[in-house]
Amino acid sequence: MNALKVDEEVYREVESIILANRDEKTPLLSVLQGISQVYGYLPRDVMEYVSRKLNIPSSKVFGVATFYSFFETRPVGKYMIRICQNAPCHVLGASNILRILKKELNIKEGETTKDGKFTLEVTSCLGVCGVAPAMMINETTYGNLNEERIREVLALYQ
Amino acid sequence: MQFRSKEELETHIQRLKSQSVTTQVLVCIGLGCLAKGAQPVYNRFVEVIEKEKISAVVSQLSENSRHPVVGTGCMGLCEAGPLVRMEPQGILYLRVTPEDVEKIVEKTLKNGEIVEELVYQETHHEEVLKWPLMKDVPFYRKQIKIVLRNCGSIDPENLDDYLRNDGYVALARVLTEMNPDDVIGEILKSGLRGRGGSGFPTGRKWQFARVSKSDKKYIICNGDEGDPGAFMNRSVMEGDPHSVIEGLAIAGYAIGAQEGYVYVRAEYPLAVKRLKKAIQDAREAGFLGQNIFGTPFSFDLKIKEGAGAFVCGEETALMASIEGKRGMPNPRPPFPAHKGLWGKPTVLNNVETLATVPAIILKGANWFRSFGTVSSPGTKTFALSGKIRNTGLVEVPMGITLRELIFDVGGGIQNDREFKAILIGGPSGGCLAKQHLDLTVDYDSLCAAGAIMGSGGLVTLDEDICIVEQAHFFLHFTQSESCGKCVPCREGTKHMLNMLQKIVDGRAKPEDLELLAETADVVKDASLCGLGKTASNPVLTTLRYFKDEYLDHVLNKVCVAHVCQAMKIYRIDSEKCRTCGKCARVCPVKCISGRPKVPYVIDQEQCIKCGSCFEACPFDAVMVDWRSKNHE
Ligand SMILES: Cc1cc2nc3c(=O)[nH]c(=O)nc-3n(C[C@H](O)[C@H](O)[C@H](O)COP(=O)(O)O)c2cc1C
Repeated sequence: MNALKVDEEVYREVESIILANRDEKTPLLSVLQGISQVYGYLPRDVMEYVSRKLNIPSSKVFGVATFYSFFETRPVGKYMIRICQNAPCHVLGASNILRILKKELNIKEGETTKDGKFTLEVTSCLGVCGVAPAMMINETTYGNLNEERIREVLALYQ
Repeated sequence: MQFRSKEELETHIQRLKSQSVTTQVLVCIGLGCLAKGAQPVYNRFVEVIEKEKISAVVSQLSENSRHPVVGTGCMGLCEAGPLVRMEPQGILYLRVTPEDVEKIVEKTLKNGEIVEELVYQETHHEEVLKWPLMKDVPFYRKQIKIVLRNCGSIDPENLDDYLRNDGYVALARVLTEMNPDDVIGEILKSGLRGRGGSGFPTGRKWQFARVSKSDKKYIICNGDEGDPGAFMNRSVMEGDPHSVIEGLAIAGYAIGAQEGYVYVRAEYPLAVKRLKKAIQDAREAGFLGQNIFGTPFSFDLKIKEGAGAFVCGEETALMASIEGKRGMPNPRPPFPAHKGLWGKPTVLNNVETLATVPAIILKGANWFRSFGTVSSPGTKTFALSGKIRNTGLVEVPMGITLRELIFDVGGGIQNDREFKAILIGGPSGGCLAKQHLDLTVDYDSLCAAGAIMGSGGLVTLDEDICIVEQAHFFLHFTQSESCGKCVPCREGTKHMLNMLQKIVDGRAKPEDLELLAETADVVKDASLCGLGKTASNPVLTTLRYFKDEYLDHVLNKVCVAHVCQAMKIYRIDSEKCRTCGKCARVCPVKCISGRPKVPYVIDQEQCIKCGSCFEACPFDAVMVDWRSKNHE
């Protein structure tokens, strides 16, 4: 997956995200969330820009960006697959599901497929333990996974 | 429409109630059912019903604008989703697919008949028992729904649906008939305890914030729900968002706050979407904003989305996160009720706590106390997961026994396996065993057994689960979620994890068990926030109730559940071995020896149980065995 070329247009977009959150007393988190939503990750130059604009030391901005697991500081695929490996999923064979996914996509956790389509991450509990094992692709959740269902779901994104 | 007085609201509700809404198809579009394909089922119902122009439905359509197909929040029995409930009969259909829809419309909607193959059934001694009506299904029989009063029976995105069941009447009553002290008095009298884990009396917390002097105060709803195995709060936010908003407004009035936040974790985009819509609708109806119901009280809400950090569920960390910082906890005191968000007095309450509040105001503290036990009144929602048959969301009166919860409501263990343990309260809770099945579920008796009520996650484990590996698993979770601010939690959990790793790897010595227990105690006593203070619970409770299993791992290198790989034994069957040597070539530690015509053997001392030889052997000559207690 290629890194974003941070040009004038990107700065204008970031500017508008900052503007949209100007009513907030402490907008940093919302601004970073807004940027992530548009670009999938937080490019370094953009974080520097945010730091200057909000008048917050860049160390603080990086600190926040790396503290939360939903922020990425490197480019990610078009589809973010978050696979749950927590207790309820674990006891129902989630490690096997992870293995199948890795095999299907031919990547490891934290990696992105060569075509820039999928990134695979292990996530904290998705809160659909009633239909474990589960995963989330961007904002859609899939449950009761097995090998067959994983293939079906992945096919939806091909 | 804008409601400017209590009377206007009451008139509107009367009108809603008088409009007969009889024939309905309720399709669960809670996240669990959605994850199993409920959306196409819902779409298909809309399509078929609009095409067929069924008389019972069409006449209803002309009376009011409500569509007969209603997408609802969680109905509870996630295991058997997608779920569909047919009204007025109350028939529950399970595992419904889009292909079933025409049959349901034809039989049930048009002719009032039951589609037999889709109803709940159990086999007892080869006799098949069926329960077509939702209220008769064993899973629902012992449940009492206060928090989940609307969840699964209304459209969460339709304000009128909420109003029809006396929505916002509690708020209207509070603002027009009660002063803040009366409200706090009623909540105190109800004995409501915080459902977020610690069980602190809600009325007392409100009282502290009420007497704090400040120009500004905040009320926050904690919707972070990070405990693995918990999804009760998600279901309420998704399935009945107005109940949370009403609870927040009442709390705001009681403590004197004009601004509130709902903090929702990043993993719950659907909850955020439904809450946003509900807040917008509530504003337009005048339940939020300036001079609510024509009174001097003004109150508004903002949603704050988390960004993925378990520790942000802790109240001081949560406030740091709203303030745009890394979500790290701060020492208490000062307590949030004195110095909270941006230094102002703040109350944080769990989603379930707040959703309970309107019901208490509406029906009274005495009514609430008629459920549950003396010290833990009311009901509690639980998320059943793991190896239990009926996984899903339930609400039961406090004081129910674990046995009733697991076997009557939960339907027992999947595949008729043996119950082994239950993890209650997530990674900060404890593991309880068979001998605890008759324990009652309330704050105090769980605490006495070394576990906690927690937020309500119940992960059931069966005999195929290794307790030691589970403890290792939970500690791995808390260790990686530890924010790193205080040493006991940051370093202590790391050391405990290493020790548990040694045990599951079969490298531990008996004295390691003592060291583990000792370290667990230190982490418990010395950590800054609840994360560290409770991280030891799974270890301490398993050490206490499953000591033999630990000893088996340490002394005999035996894992009775056949989970811990290090306790496997690989052998080569000399009869089957064709001496091709493939196993020896793939062995990463070169511990397999032999030569042509002499069967290969594995040096057990050197073997790292990787299984490479097992996979490589073309003749199935490599056998896997588990060490048992009477092994050499
Ligand atoms: C590590 C940690 C995580 C927590 N997570 C949650 C949570 O997800 N939801 C919640 O309501 N309370 C959580 N709590 C408890 C909160 O700090 C706080 O006690 C609670 O929100 C108060 O609400 P209540 O009085 O209504 O229970 C957590 C505490 C700790 C130490």
